[in-house]
Amino acid sequence: MTLPDPAVLLAQMAADLRAHLARRGIHEPHFVGIHTGGVWVARALLAQLGQAEAPLGTLNVSFYRDDFSQHGLHPQVRPSALPFEVEGRHLVLIDDVLMSGRTVRAALNALFDYGRPASVTLVCLLDLDARELPIRADVLGATLSLAADQRVKLHGPAPLALELQTLAASH
Amino acid sequence: MTPTDAKRPLQLNDQGQLRHFLSLDGLPRELLTEILDTADSFLEVGARAVKKVPLLRGKTVCNVFFENSTRTRTTFELAAKRLSADVITLNVSTSSTSKGETLTDTLRNLEAMAADMFVVRHADSGAAHFIAEHVCPHVAVINGGDGRHAHPTQGMLDMLTIRRHKGGFENLSVAIVGDILHSRVARSNMLALKTLGCPDIRVIGPKTLLPIGVEQYGVRAYTDLAAGLKDVDVVIMLRLQRERMQGGLLPSEGEFYRLYGLSEQRLALAKPDAIVMHPGPINRGVEIESAVADGAQSVILNQVTYGIAIRMAVLSMAMSGQQAQRQLEQGDAQ
Repeated sequence: MTLPDPAVLLAQMAADLRAHLARRGIHEPHFVGIHTGGVWVARALLAQLGQAEAPLGTLNVSFYRDDFSQHGLHPQVRPSALPFEVEGRHLVLIDDVLMSGRTVRAALNALFDYGRPASVTLVCLLDLDARELPIRADVLGATLSLAADQRVKLHGPAPLALELQTLAASH
Repeated sequence: MTPTDAKRPLQLNDQGQLRHFLSLDGLPRELLTEILDTADSFLEVGARAVKKVPLLRGKTVCNVFFENSTRTRTTFELAAKRLSADVITLNVSTSSTSKGETLTDTLRNLEAMAADMFVVRHADSGAAHFIAEHVCPHVAVINGGDGRHAHPTQGMLDMLTIRRHKGGFENLSVAIVGDILHSRVARSNMLALKTLGCPDIRVIGPKTLLPIGVEQYGVRAYTDLAAGLKDVDVVIMLRLQRERMQGGLLPSEGEFYRLYGLSEQRLALAKPDAIVMHPGPINRGVEIESAVADGAQSVILNQVTYGIAIRMAVLSMAMSGQQAQRQLEQGDAQ
């Protein structure tokens, strides 16, 4: 399988996001990336939108995950930092890969502990078509259907590149 | 229940993750760094309007204090609550043991309340270890101070304080001053500093309050405060533990203060940007001058804030390690 080029996807995503926000009448939303890949995608997207200098919130969702006993707390991930008020603001939440939807669920819970946003728009680079929760992106780069033993990994921060990985046979 | 593998330290699971937190002895540097990094993230949570995360939702944490404490007990309680756990605090010193109940019986009763985690403080060295050995599997035990032996969360919050104010441990001189003999804080600090790579650890106190063979911790012992404080980056003052002293270890408090009390004048012997720490409660005019305790170089109150973050890190890591172990054992059984 050939994977799409993130740069190509991002150009289309920027256009789609502009259209989506215009349709909803949302002006000057705040951007929030989910550590680590989502932050890379968010920066690239802001550059595409010509807003490279806009403040970017970063979210570490480890403390909100439902599976932390399986994956640990990832202390190497930097703490959350939201350099703006969440209360009453329109937010654009950005992640690299949407798979089960559990990361986004955790991110929404984390955001609501900072305040009650007016709205949250979800932007993802890839959807792996493996949803376990009713969560889908408002703006999406591409959908991929992978075999059960395949994963996709984003390399970054610049340039962004996608890599297909095959999991070792489970024991 | 499988017997504990003698080669595997009691406080780690099969994957090397924390499942109890009893002592810093034998814990690898990577694990101590992981605790500090996790605590850094929890500091951010403590600075928010909503200071709560759902990591321990539905879990019950039981603080069992066989010995008095204010700071440790309340910060453990606050840490568990900020992780969304349900918390019970028992001051056993004023409770069943005075009615003749044994330690094991108290524990069985707490287990019957389906507690997932015990935070234990006890006047006897080794009490937390004893409880971890005898508690039913999957209950995590955290040592909140046992006799003269260890106070590992205090040790780690001191390390977080040093790392946040000094950036690291590699080029530091750290002096621990006062009643080293009775201090579990001193023991935990010496172990942590050594493991984290601090090259110059000094303990300073009268000969009667320095443990025999303290050099085995890789520290230098001083009986002269002025010599010991020279050019240090960090000064950790200890409380004079009069309640643990038997016999004439000290001529008088006045004499101790004259020789080992930290005054502004003496602090001037350390580096100009040296920080002053104290685990609390402080005895003003016994081991530390008020002007120093309240001065610009004092980080004593920061230590309390960092203590909550460290305790959140240790509680969540131990719970996660216990759950991972349970999943592992269930996987093996299938």
